[in-house]
Amino acid sequence: MSTGTDARIHNIGYRNYTGERLGISYARRALFTHSLRGSFGLGRSARSKVLPMGLFAIMMAPAVVMVAIAAFVGLDELPIEYTSYALFMQPIVGLYVALAAPQMVSLDLRFKVTPLYFSRPIERRDYVVAKYAALCCAIFLFVALPLVLAYVGGLLADLGFAEQTRGFAQGMALSVLFALLHAALALWVASLTPRRGFGVAAVIGVLTIPYFAVTALQAVAYEQGSENAVGWIGLFSPGSLIDGIQSSFLDGRSGYPYEQTPTDGAGFALLAMAILVTVVCYLLLGRRYRKAGL
Amino acid sequence: MYNHTVARLTYRALLGRRRVLILIALPALLLTISLAVRLIGGSDDGAAVEVLGGFALASMVPLIGVVAGTGAIAPEIDDGSIVYLLAKPLPRRTIILTKLTVAIAVTVAFTTAPILVSGLILNGNSQGIASAYTVAAAVAAVAYSAIFLLLGTVSRNAVVFGLIYALVWEALLGSTLPGVRTLSVQQWSLSLAEGIAASGADVTSDVALPLALVLLVAATVLGTWYSIRRLTALTVTGDG
Repeated sequence: MSTGTDARIHNIGYRNYTGERLGISYARRALFTHSLRGSFGLGRSARSKVLPMGLFAIMMAPAVVMVAIAAFVGLDELPIEYTSYALFMQPIVGLYVALAAPQMVSLDLRFKVTPLYFSRPIERRDYVVAKYAALCCAIFLFVALPLVLAYVGGLLADLGFAEQTRGFAQGMALSVLFALLHAALALWVASLTPRRGFGVAAVIGVLTIPYFAVTALQAVAYEQGSENAVGWIGLFSPGSLIDGIQSSFLDGRSGYPYEQTPTDGAGFALLAMAILVTVVCYLLLGRRYRKAGL
Repeated sequence: MYNHTVARLTYRALLGRRRVLILIALPALLLTISLAVRLIGGSDDGAAVEVLGGFALASMVPLIGVVAGTGAIAPEIDDGSIVYLLAKPLPRRTIILTKLTVAIAVTVAFTTAPILVSGLILNGNSQGIASAYTVAAAVAAVAYSAIFLLLGTVSRNAVVFGLIYALVWEALLGSTLPGVRTLSVQQWSLSLAEGIAASGADVTSDVALPLALVLLVAATVLGTWYSIRRLTALTVTGDG
Protein backbone atom coordinates (compact mmCIF):
# COMPACT_ATOMS: atom_id res chain seq x y z
CA MET A 1 0.00 0.00 0.00
CA SER A 2 2.67 2.40 0.99
CA THR A 3 4.75 3.51 -1.91
CA GLY A 4 7.66 4.59 0.23
CA THR A 5 7.38 8.24 -0.54
CA ASP A 6 5.80 9.18 2.78
CA ALA A 7 8.03 6.81 4.80
CA ARG A 8 10.30 8.76 7.10
CA ILE A 9 12.10 8.38 10.33
CA HIS A 10 10.68 10.46 13.11
CA ASN A 11 13.11 12.53 15.03
CA ILE A 12 12.16 11.64 18.58
CA GLY A 13 14.72 13.84 20.17
CA TYR A 14 17.81 11.67 20.73
CA ARG A 15 20.79 13.91 20.87
CA ASN A 16 24.48 13.31 20.56
CA TYR A 17 26.82 14.17 23.36
CA THR A 18 28.36 17.48 22.42
CA GLY A 19 30.17 18.23 25.68
CA GLU A 20 33.86 17.95 26.31
CA ARG A 21 35.39 14.44 26.13
CA LEU A 22 37.63 14.14 29.14
CA GLY A 23 39.62 11.17 27.91
CA ILE A 24 41.47 8.23 29.39
CA SER A 25 43.60 10.07 31.90
CA TYR A 26 40.51 11.64 33.47
CA ALA A 27 38.83 8.23 33.74
CA ARG A 28 41.95 6.76 35.36
CA ARG A 29 42.13 9.63 37.83
CA ALA A 30 38.42 9.34 38.62
CA LEU A 31 38.74 5.61 39.29
CA PHE A 32 41.76 6.26 41.49
CA THR A 33 40.13 8.99 43.61
CA HIS A 34 36.87 7.05 43.84
CA SER A 35 38.72 3.98 45.14
CA LEU A 36 40.89 5.99 47.52
CA ARG A 37 37.90 7.83 48.99
CA GLY A 38 35.98 4.57 49.28
CA SER A 39 38.74 2.96 51.29
CA PHE A 40 38.19 5.52 54.06
CA GLY A 41 34.41 5.32 53.74
CA LEU A 42 34.10 8.78 52.12
CA GLY A 43 31.21 8.92 49.71
CA ARG A 44 29.69 5.80 51.26
CA SER A 45 27.02 5.33 53.90
CA ALA A 46 27.63 6.38 57.51
CA ARG A 47 27.78 2.72 58.52
CA SER A 48 30.67 2.09 56.15
CA LYS A 49 32.60 4.99 57.66
CA VAL A 50 32.55 3.55 61.17
CA LEU A 51 35.18 0.82 60.75
CA PRO A 52 37.84 2.60 58.66
CA MET A 53 37.54 5.84 60.60
CA GLY A 54 37.46 3.98 63.93
CA LEU A 55 40.57 2.00 63.02
CA PHE A 56 42.28 5.20 61.88
CA ALA A 57 41.45 6.86 65.22
CA ILE A 58 42.92 3.88 67.09
CA MET A 59 45.98 4.09 64.83
CA MET A 60 46.49 7.77 65.67
CA ALA A 61 45.92 7.39 69.41
CA PRO A 62 49.39 6.10 70.43
CA ALA A 63 51.05 8.90 68.44
CA VAL A 64 49.05 11.54 70.32
CA VAL A 65 49.68 9.86 73.66
CA MET A 66 53.40 9.44 73.08
CA VAL A 67 53.89 13.05 72.04
CA ALA A 68 51.98 14.14 75.14
CA ILE A 69 54.11 11.91 77.38
CA ALA A 70 57.34 13.07 75.74
CA ALA A 71 56.31 16.69 76.22
CA PHE A 72 55.11 16.50 79.81
CA VAL A 73 57.57 14.00 81.26
CA GLY A 74 60.46 15.54 79.32
CA LEU A 75 61.83 12.50 77.49
CA ASP A 76 64.61 13.14 75.00
CA GLU A 77 63.20 10.67 72.44
CA LEU A 78 59.80 9.22 71.55
CA PRO A 79 58.88 5.96 73.34
CA ILE A 80 58.09 4.17 70.03
CA GLU A 81 60.53 4.57 67.15
CA TYR A 82 59.21 5.81 63.80
CA THR A 83 60.20 2.57 62.09
CA SER A 84 58.51 0.33 64.70
CA TYR A 85 55.22 2.20 64.79
CA ALA A 86 53.45 0.32 61.98
CA LEU A 87 54.75 -2.99 63.33
CA PHE A 88 53.61 -2.15 66.85
CA MET A 89 50.12 -1.44 65.49
CA GLN A 90 50.21 -4.35 63.06
CA PRO A 91 46.86 -5.96 64.03
CA ILE A 92 45.11 -2.63 63.40
CA VAL A 93 46.89 -2.06 60.08
CA GLY A 94 46.17 -5.67 59.10
CA LEU A 95 42.47 -5.22 59.80
CA TYR A 96 42.40 -2.00 57.81
CA VAL A 97 44.13 -3.62 54.84
CA ALA A 98 41.73 -6.55 55.04
CA LEU A 99 38.74 -4.20 54.99
CA ALA A 100 40.04 -1.86 52.30
CA ALA A 101 41.29 -4.38 49.73
CA PRO A 102 38.05 -6.38 49.25
CA GLN A 103 36.06 -3.12 49.35
CA MET A 104 37.99 -1.98 46.26
CA VAL A 105 37.54 -5.01 44.06
CA SER A 106 34.91 -7.44 45.38
CA LEU A 107 31.81 -5.32 44.75
CA ASP A 108 32.81 -4.78 41.12
CA LEU A 109 33.22 -8.55 40.74
CA ARG A 110 30.07 -9.45 42.66
CA PHE A 111 27.74 -7.21 40.71
CA LYS A 112 29.61 -7.91 37.48
CA VAL A 113 30.26 -4.27 36.63
CA THR A 114 33.84 -4.79 35.45
CA PRO A 115 32.68 -5.24 31.83
CA LEU A 116 31.07 -1.80 32.12
CA TYR A 117 34.39 -0.31 33.19
CA PHE A 118 36.13 -1.93 30.26
CA SER A 119 33.55 -0.62 27.78
CA ARG A 120 34.85 2.88 28.66
CA PRO A 121 38.10 4.21 27.24
CA ILE A 122 40.13 2.67 30.08
CA GLU A 123 41.75 -0.72 29.63
CA ARG A 124 42.27 -3.60 31.98
CA ARG A 125 45.77 -2.45 32.82
CA ASP A 126 44.45 0.99 33.77
CA TYR A 127 41.89 -0.55 36.09
CA VAL A 128 44.56 -2.63 37.86
CA VAL A 129 46.98 0.31 38.07
CA ALA A 130 44.29 2.64 39.46
CA LYS A 131 43.13 0.15 42.08
CA TYR A 132 46.68 -0.76 43.12
CA ALA A 133 47.74 2.89 43.33
CA ALA A 134 44.65 3.75 45.36
CA LEU A 135 45.23 0.93 47.86
CA CYS A 136 48.94 1.85 48.13
CA CYS A 137 47.99 5.45 48.88
CA ALA A 138 45.32 4.41 51.38
CA ILE A 139 47.70 2.14 53.31
CA PHE A 140 50.50 4.70 53.11
CA LEU A 141 48.25 7.43 54.52
CA PHE A 142 47.01 5.08 57.21
CA VAL A 143 50.55 4.21 58.30
CA ALA A 144 52.32 7.51 57.66
CA LEU A 145 49.89 10.12 59.05
CA PRO A 146 50.49 9.04 62.68
CA LEU A 147 54.23 9.42 61.98
CA VAL A 148 53.68 12.93 60.64
CA LEU A 149 51.74 13.77 63.79
CA ALA A 150 54.46 12.30 65.99
CA TYR A 151 57.15 14.17 64.04
CA VAL A 152 55.39 17.54 64.28
CA GLY A 153 54.68 16.90 67.96
CA GLY A 154 58.26 15.80 68.53
CA LEU A 155 59.62 18.98 66.93
CA LEU A 156 57.25 21.17 68.94
CA ALA A 157 58.34 19.33 72.10
CA ASP A 158 61.93 20.18 71.14
CA LEU A 159 63.31 16.65 70.88
CA GLY A 160 66.21 17.54 68.59
CA PHE A 161 65.69 18.39 64.93
CA ALA A 162 68.43 16.32 63.28
CA GLU A 163 67.65 13.11 65.13
CA GLN A 164 63.89 13.43 64.68
CA THR A 165 64.17 14.20 60.97
CA ARG A 166 66.45 11.22 60.43
CA GLY A 167 64.07 8.86 62.25
CA PHE A 168 61.09 10.35 60.44
CA ALA A 169 62.71 9.89 57.02
CA GLN A 170 63.47 6.24 57.85
CA GLY A 171 59.88 5.78 59.03
CA MET A 172 58.57 7.24 55.74
CA ALA A 173 60.83 4.97 53.68
CA LEU A 174 59.54 1.95 55.58
CA SER A 175 55.93 3.13 55.18
CA VAL A 176 56.35 3.25 51.38
CA LEU A 177 57.73 -0.28 51.30
CA PHE A 178 55.04 -1.46 53.71
CA ALA A 179 52.27 0.02 51.56
CA LEU A 180 53.63 -1.36 48.26
CA LEU A 181 54.04 -4.89 49.66
CA HIS A 182 50.77 -5.10 51.56
CA ALA A 183 48.70 -3.51 48.79
CA ALA A 184 49.95 -5.95 46.16
CA LEU A 185 49.43 -8.99 48.37
CA ALA A 186 46.04 -7.98 49.74
CA LEU A 187 44.61 -6.77 46.43
CA TRP A 188 45.58 -9.98 44.66
CA VAL A 189 44.04 -12.15 47.40
CA ALA A 190 40.89 -9.99 47.50
CA SER A 191 40.47 -10.10 43.71
CA LEU A 192 40.13 -13.88 43.79
CA THR A 193 36.69 -13.87 45.41
CA PRO A 194 33.54 -11.84 44.70
CA ARG A 195 32.37 -12.26 48.31
CA ARG A 196 33.49 -9.44 50.57
CA GLY A 197 33.34 -11.36 53.84
CA PHE A 198 35.36 -14.17 52.41
CA GLY A 199 37.89 -11.69 51.02
CA VAL A 200 38.28 -10.01 54.42
CA ALA A 201 38.90 -13.35 56.10
CA ALA A 202 41.31 -14.45 53.38
CA VAL A 203 43.43 -11.28 53.58
CA ILE A 204 43.54 -11.47 57.39
CA GLY A 205 44.52 -15.11 57.09
CA VAL A 206 47.32 -14.45 54.61
CA LEU A 207 48.71 -11.64 56.78
CA THR A 208 48.45 -13.19 60.23
CA ILE A 209 48.72 -16.98 60.01
CA PRO A 210 52.23 -16.98 58.49
CA TYR A 211 53.22 -14.28 61.00
CA PHE A 212 52.17 -16.34 64.01
CA ALA A 213 53.85 -19.41 62.54
CA VAL A 214 57.07 -17.51 61.77
CA THR A 215 57.21 -15.95 65.25
CA ALA A 216 56.76 -19.33 66.95
CA LEU A 217 59.43 -20.89 64.73
CA GLN A 218 61.87 -18.02 65.35
CA ALA A 219 61.48 -18.46 69.10
CA VAL A 220 62.14 -22.19 68.73
CA ALA A 221 65.19 -21.56 66.53
CA TYR A 222 66.64 -19.07 69.02
CA GLU A 223 66.11 -21.34 72.01
CA GLN A 224 67.78 -24.22 70.21
CA GLY A 225 70.88 -22.09 69.69
CA SER A 226 70.67 -21.28 65.96
CA GLU A 227 70.41 -17.48 66.18
CA ASN A 228 71.39 -17.02 62.54
CA ALA A 229 68.33 -18.95 61.36
CA VAL A 230 65.99 -16.38 62.95
CA GLY A 231 66.42 -13.86 60.11
CA TRP A 232 66.04 -16.49 57.41
CA ILE A 233 62.79 -17.79 58.94
CA GLY A 234 61.54 -14.20 58.70
CA LEU A 235 61.34 -14.61 54.92
CA PHE A 236 58.03 -16.41 55.21
CA SER A 237 55.56 -13.75 56.35
CA PRO A 238 54.90 -10.15 55.22
CA GLY A 239 55.04 -8.81 58.78
CA SER A 240 58.40 -10.38 59.57
CA LEU A 241 59.79 -9.25 56.18
CA ILE A 242 59.09 -5.61 57.04
CA ASP A 243 60.35 -6.09 60.59
CA GLY A 244 63.62 -7.63 59.42
CA ILE A 245 64.15 -4.91 56.81
CA GLN A 246 63.69 -2.10 59.31
CA SER A 247 66.11 -3.63 61.81
CA SER A 248 68.71 -4.46 59.10
CA PHE A 249 68.68 -1.26 57.06
CA LEU A 250 66.90 1.48 59.01
CA ASP A 251 68.51 1.07 62.47
CA GLY A 252 65.18 0.03 63.97
CA ARG A 253 64.80 -2.13 67.03
CA SER A 254 64.00 -5.70 65.96
CA GLY A 255 60.58 -7.07 66.80
CA TYR A 256 61.81 -10.64 66.39
CA PRO A 257 61.86 -12.88 69.46
CA TYR A 258 64.69 -11.82 71.82
CA GLU A 259 65.29 -8.76 69.58
CA GLN A 260 67.46 -10.74 67.19
CA THR A 261 68.70 -8.67 64.24
CA PRO A 262 68.99 -10.63 60.96
CA THR A 263 72.49 -11.32 59.66
CA ASP A 264 73.68 -9.22 56.68
CA GLY A 265 72.93 -11.99 54.21
CA ALA A 266 69.47 -12.55 55.67
CA GLY A 267 68.82 -8.79 55.60
CA PHE A 268 69.44 -8.57 51.86
CA ALA A 269 67.42 -11.75 51.33
CA LEU A 270 64.51 -10.16 53.23
CA LEU A 271 64.65 -7.04 51.05
CA ALA A 272 64.84 -9.12 47.87
CA MET A 273 61.94 -11.29 49.04
CA ALA A 274 59.78 -8.23 49.80
CA ILE A 275 60.40 -6.84 46.30
CA LEU A 276 59.81 -10.25 44.73
CA VAL A 277 56.50 -10.79 46.55
CA THR A 278 55.31 -7.30 45.54
CA VAL A 279 56.17 -7.80 41.88
CA VAL A 280 54.78 -11.34 41.66
CA CYS A 281 51.51 -10.40 43.36
CA TYR A 282 51.13 -7.40 41.07
CA LEU A 283 51.69 -9.55 37.98
CA LEU A 284 49.22 -12.14 39.27
CA LEU A 285 46.70 -9.35 39.83
CA GLY A 286 47.13 -8.18 36.25
CA ARG A 287 46.69 -11.78 35.08
CA ARG A 288 43.50 -12.09 37.11
CA TYR A 289 41.91 -9.26 35.14
CA ARG A 290 42.96 -10.52 31.74
CA LYS A 291 40.06 -12.96 31.49
CA ALA A 292 37.14 -11.61 29.48
CA GLY A 293 34.04 -12.48 31.51
CA LEU A 294 35.67 -12.55 34.95
CA MET B 1 16.60 -29.58 70.71
CA TYR B 2 18.48 -31.14 67.80
CA ASN B 3 17.28 -31.49 64.25
CA HIS B 4 19.01 -33.76 61.80
CA THR B 5 17.99 -31.88 58.68
CA VAL B 6 19.23 -28.54 60.02
CA ALA B 7 22.44 -30.25 61.09
CA ARG B 8 22.93 -31.77 57.65
CA LEU B 9 22.37 -28.42 55.94
CA THR B 10 24.82 -26.71 58.28
CA TYR B 11 27.48 -29.36 57.79
CA ARG B 12 27.10 -28.97 54.06
CA ALA B 13 27.44 -25.17 54.31
CA LEU B 14 30.54 -25.45 56.52
CA LEU B 15 32.35 -28.27 54.79
CA GLY B 16 31.34 -27.48 51.24
CA ARG B 17 33.18 -25.44 48.68
CA ARG B 18 36.11 -23.24 49.60
CA ARG B 19 35.36 -22.86 53.29
CA VAL B 20 36.75 -26.30 53.98
CA LEU B 21 40.06 -25.26 52.41
CA ILE B 22 40.73 -22.83 55.28
CA LEU B 23 39.69 -25.48 57.75
CA ILE B 24 42.19 -27.92 56.26
CA ALA B 25 44.99 -25.44 55.47
CA LEU B 26 45.54 -24.36 59.07
CA PRO B 27 45.93 -27.85 60.59
CA ALA B 28 48.12 -28.82 57.62
CA LEU B 29 50.37 -25.85 58.32
CA LEU B 30 50.57 -26.79 62.00
CA LEU B 31 51.57 -30.35 61.18
CA THR B 32 54.18 -29.18 58.65
CA ILE B 33 55.71 -26.81 61.21
CA SER B 34 55.77 -29.51 63.88
CA LEU B 35 57.45 -31.98 61.53
CA ALA B 36 60.03 -29.39 60.49
CA VAL B 37 60.82 -28.43 64.09
CA ARG B 38 61.14 -32.05 65.17
CA LEU B 39 63.34 -33.04 62.22
CA ILE B 40 65.65 -30.03 62.54
CA GLY B 41 65.78 -29.45 66.27
CA GLY B 42 64.82 -32.81 67.79
CA SER B 43 62.40 -33.37 70.65
CA ASP B 44 62.17 -30.29 72.87
CA ASP B 45 59.51 -29.32 75.42
CA GLY B 46 60.17 -25.58 75.03
CA ALA B 47 59.62 -25.85 71.26
CA ALA B 48 56.39 -27.79 71.83
CA VAL B 49 55.01 -25.08 74.13
CA GLU B 50 56.09 -22.38 71.66
CA VAL B 51 54.45 -24.01 68.64
CA LEU B 52 51.29 -25.28 70.35
CA GLY B 53 50.76 -22.19 72.54
CA GLY B 54 52.14 -19.48 70.25
CA PHE B 55 50.68 -20.72 67.00
CA ALA B 56 48.02 -23.40 67.52
CA LEU B 57 46.08 -22.05 70.49
CA ALA B 58 46.77 -18.36 69.82
CA SER B 59 45.87 -18.22 66.13
CA MET B 60 44.63 -21.53 64.71
CA VAL B 61 41.83 -22.20 67.22
CA PRO B 62 40.29 -18.68 67.12
CA LEU B 63 40.48 -18.52 63.31
CA ILE B 64 38.83 -21.91 62.86
CA GLY B 65 36.30 -20.81 65.49
CA VAL B 66 35.52 -17.68 63.47
CA VAL B 67 35.13 -19.62 60.23
CA ALA B 68 32.93 -22.34 61.74
CA GLY B 69 30.99 -20.17 64.24
CA THR B 70 30.01 -17.38 61.90
CA GLY B 71 29.84 -19.68 58.87
CA ALA B 72 27.15 -21.77 60.56
CA ILE B 73 24.55 -19.01 60.43
CA ALA B 74 25.81 -15.66 59.08
CA PRO B 75 25.70 -16.45 55.31
CA GLU B 76 22.09 -17.65 55.62
CA ILE B 77 21.01 -14.49 57.41
CA ASP B 78 23.04 -12.43 54.93
CA ASP B 79 21.46 -13.84 51.75
CA GLY B 80 18.01 -14.17 53.32
CA SER B 81 17.67 -17.93 52.92
CA ILE B 82 17.27 -18.26 56.70
CA VAL B 83 13.62 -17.38 55.99
CA TYR B 84 13.00 -20.83 54.53
CA LEU B 85 14.37 -22.41 57.70
CA LEU B 86 12.37 -20.13 60.00
CA ALA B 87 9.17 -20.84 58.08
CA LYS B 88 9.36 -24.52 59.03
CA PRO B 89 7.49 -25.66 62.16
CA LEU B 90 10.67 -25.77 64.23
CA PRO B 91 11.35 -23.88 67.45
CA ARG B 92 14.02 -21.29 66.72
CA ARG B 93 15.78 -22.54 69.84
CA THR B 94 16.30 -25.85 68.07
CA ILE B 95 17.80 -24.14 65.04
CA ILE B 96 20.38 -22.28 67.13
CA LEU B 97 21.22 -25.26 69.32
CA THR B 98 21.65 -27.51 66.30
CA LYS B 99 23.83 -24.99 64.50
CA LEU B 100 25.88 -24.48 67.65
CA THR B 101 26.36 -28.24 68.03
CA VAL B 102 27.55 -28.48 64.44
CA ALA B 103 29.88 -25.49 64.82
CA ILE B 104 31.37 -26.98 68.00
CA ALA B 105 31.77 -30.39 66.37
CA VAL B 106 33.56 -28.89 63.35
CA THR B 107 35.81 -26.63 65.44
CA VAL B 108 36.72 -29.41 67.88
CA ALA B 109 37.40 -31.88 65.09
CA PHE B 110 39.61 -29.51 63.11
CA THR B 111 41.59 -28.24 66.15
CA THR B 112 42.02 -31.02 68.72
CA ALA B 113 43.11 -33.78 66.35
CA PRO B 114 45.91 -31.80 64.67
CA ILE B 115 47.06 -30.35 68.00
CA LEU B 116 47.27 -33.81 69.58
CA VAL B 117 49.11 -35.24 66.58
CA SER B 118 51.56 -32.36 66.33
CA GLY B 119 52.11 -32.50 70.11
CA LEU B 120 53.01 -36.17 69.75
CA ILE B 121 55.32 -35.35 66.84
CA LEU B 122 57.00 -32.52 68.75
CA ASN B 123 57.80 -34.25 72.02
CA GLY B 124 55.73 -37.43 72.33
CA ASN B 125 53.44 -35.96 75.02
CA SER B 126 56.33 -35.50 77.46
CA GLN B 127 55.14 -33.60 80.57
CA GLY B 128 51.59 -33.95 79.27
CA ILE B 129 52.02 -30.89 77.02
CA ALA B 130 50.19 -32.40 74.04
CA SER B 131 47.20 -33.57 76.06
CA ALA B 132 47.05 -30.28 78.00
CA TYR B 133 46.82 -28.23 74.80
CA THR B 134 44.35 -30.67 73.27
CA VAL B 135 41.95 -30.26 76.21
CA ALA B 136 42.47 -26.48 76.15
CA ALA B 137 41.68 -26.39 72.43
CA ALA B 138 38.51 -28.44 72.92
CA VAL B 139 37.24 -26.16 75.67
CA ALA B 140 38.20 -23.02 73.77
CA ALA B 141 36.45 -24.39 70.68
CA VAL B 142 33.15 -24.63 72.57
CA ALA B 143 33.39 -21.06 73.90
CA TYR B 144 34.57 -19.59 70.56
CA SER B 145 31.75 -21.33 68.67
CA ALA B 146 29.10 -19.90 71.00
CA ILE B 147 30.60 -16.39 70.88
CA PHE B 148 31.07 -16.29 67.11
CA LEU B 149 27.65 -17.83 66.44
CA LEU B 150 26.23 -14.97 68.50
CA LEU B 151 28.22 -12.48 66.42
CA GLY B 152 26.76 -14.10 63.31
CA THR B 153 23.23 -13.37 64.51
CA VAL B 154 24.03 -9.85 65.71
CA SER B 155 26.05 -8.28 62.91
CA ARG B 156 26.46 -8.46 59.19
CA ASN B 157 30.18 -7.94 59.60
CA ALA B 158 30.42 -10.95 61.90
CA VAL B 159 33.69 -12.19 60.39
CA VAL B 160 35.34 -8.81 60.82
CA PHE B 161 34.22 -8.43 64.43
CA GLY B 162 35.24 -12.00 65.18
CA LEU B 163 38.69 -11.31 63.78
CA ILE B 164 38.89 -8.03 65.71
CA TYR B 165 38.18 -9.95 68.90
CA ALA B 166 40.68 -12.69 68.09
CA LEU B 167 43.48 -10.44 66.84
CA VAL B 168 43.11 -7.03 68.45
CA TRP B 169 41.60 -7.97 71.77
CA GLU B 170 43.45 -11.21 72.50
CA ALA B 171 46.71 -10.59 70.68
CA LEU B 172 47.38 -6.82 70.72
CA LEU B 173 45.63 -5.60 73.86
CA GLY B 174 46.25 -8.88 75.67
CA SER B 175 50.00 -8.41 75.27
CA THR B 176 50.02 -4.81 76.53
CA LEU B 177 47.20 -4.54 79.09
CA PRO B 178 47.27 -7.39 81.65
CA GLY B 179 43.64 -6.80 82.64
CA VAL B 180 42.45 -7.73 79.16
CA ARG B 181 43.87 -11.22 79.63
CA THR B 182 41.26 -11.91 82.30
CA LEU B 183 38.62 -11.52 79.60
CA SER B 184 40.15 -13.73 76.95
CA VAL B 185 38.99 -17.19 75.95
CA GLN B 186 42.57 -18.10 75.14
CA GLN B 187 43.73 -17.41 78.72
CA TRP B 188 40.76 -19.25 80.23
CA SER B 189 41.57 -22.36 78.24
CA LEU B 190 45.30 -21.94 78.98
CA SER B 191 44.47 -22.04 82.66
CA LEU B 192 43.00 -25.49 82.09
CA ALA B 193 46.14 -26.51 80.20
CA GLU B 194 48.27 -25.23 83.08
CA GLY B 195 46.36 -27.53 85.44
CA ILE B 196 46.86 -30.58 83.23
CA ALA B 197 50.48 -30.16 82.11
CA ALA B 198 53.30 -31.16 84.45
CA SER B 199 54.49 -28.29 86.65
CA GLY B 200 57.91 -28.26 84.92
CA ALA B 201 56.36 -27.41 81.55
CA ASP B 202 56.26 -23.70 80.84
CA VAL B 203 52.48 -23.48 80.38
CA THR B 204 51.14 -20.48 82.27
CA SER B 205 47.90 -18.54 82.38
CA ASP B 206 46.93 -15.28 84.06
CA VAL B 207 43.57 -16.57 85.22
CA ALA B 208 43.00 -18.90 88.17
CA LEU B 209 41.38 -22.24 87.26
CA PRO B 210 38.02 -21.88 89.11
CA LEU B 211 37.45 -18.39 87.72
CA ALA B 212 38.41 -19.58 84.23
CA LEU B 213 35.89 -22.42 84.37
CA VAL B 214 33.11 -20.10 85.56
CA LEU B 215 33.91 -17.57 82.82
CA LEU B 216 34.06 -20.25 80.12
CA VAL B 217 30.66 -21.66 81.08
CA ALA B 218 29.20 -18.17 81.47
CA ALA B 219 30.44 -17.04 78.04
CA THR B 220 29.10 -20.16 76.34
CA VAL B 221 25.69 -20.12 78.04
CA LEU B 222 25.15 -16.37 77.71
CA GLY B 223 26.28 -16.42 74.08
CA THR B 224 23.89 -19.24 73.23
CA TRP B 225 21.01 -17.68 75.16
CA TYR B 226 21.39 -14.32 73.46
CA SER B 227 21.70 -15.81 69.97
CA ILE B 228 18.44 -17.69 70.61
CA ARG B 229 16.86 -14.38 71.61
CA ARG B 230 18.23 -12.68 68.52
CA LEU B 231 16.88 -15.33 66.20
CA THR B 232 13.51 -15.32 67.98
CA ALA B 233 13.27 -11.58 67.47
CA LEU B 234 14.28 -11.77 63.79
CA THR B 235 11.29 -10.81 61.67
CA VAL B 236 10.72 -12.89 58.57
CA THR B 237 9.27 -10.03 56.59
CA GLY B 238 12.02 -7.58 57.52
CA ASP B 239 15.02 -6.85 55.35
CA GLY B 240 16.93 -9.31 57.62
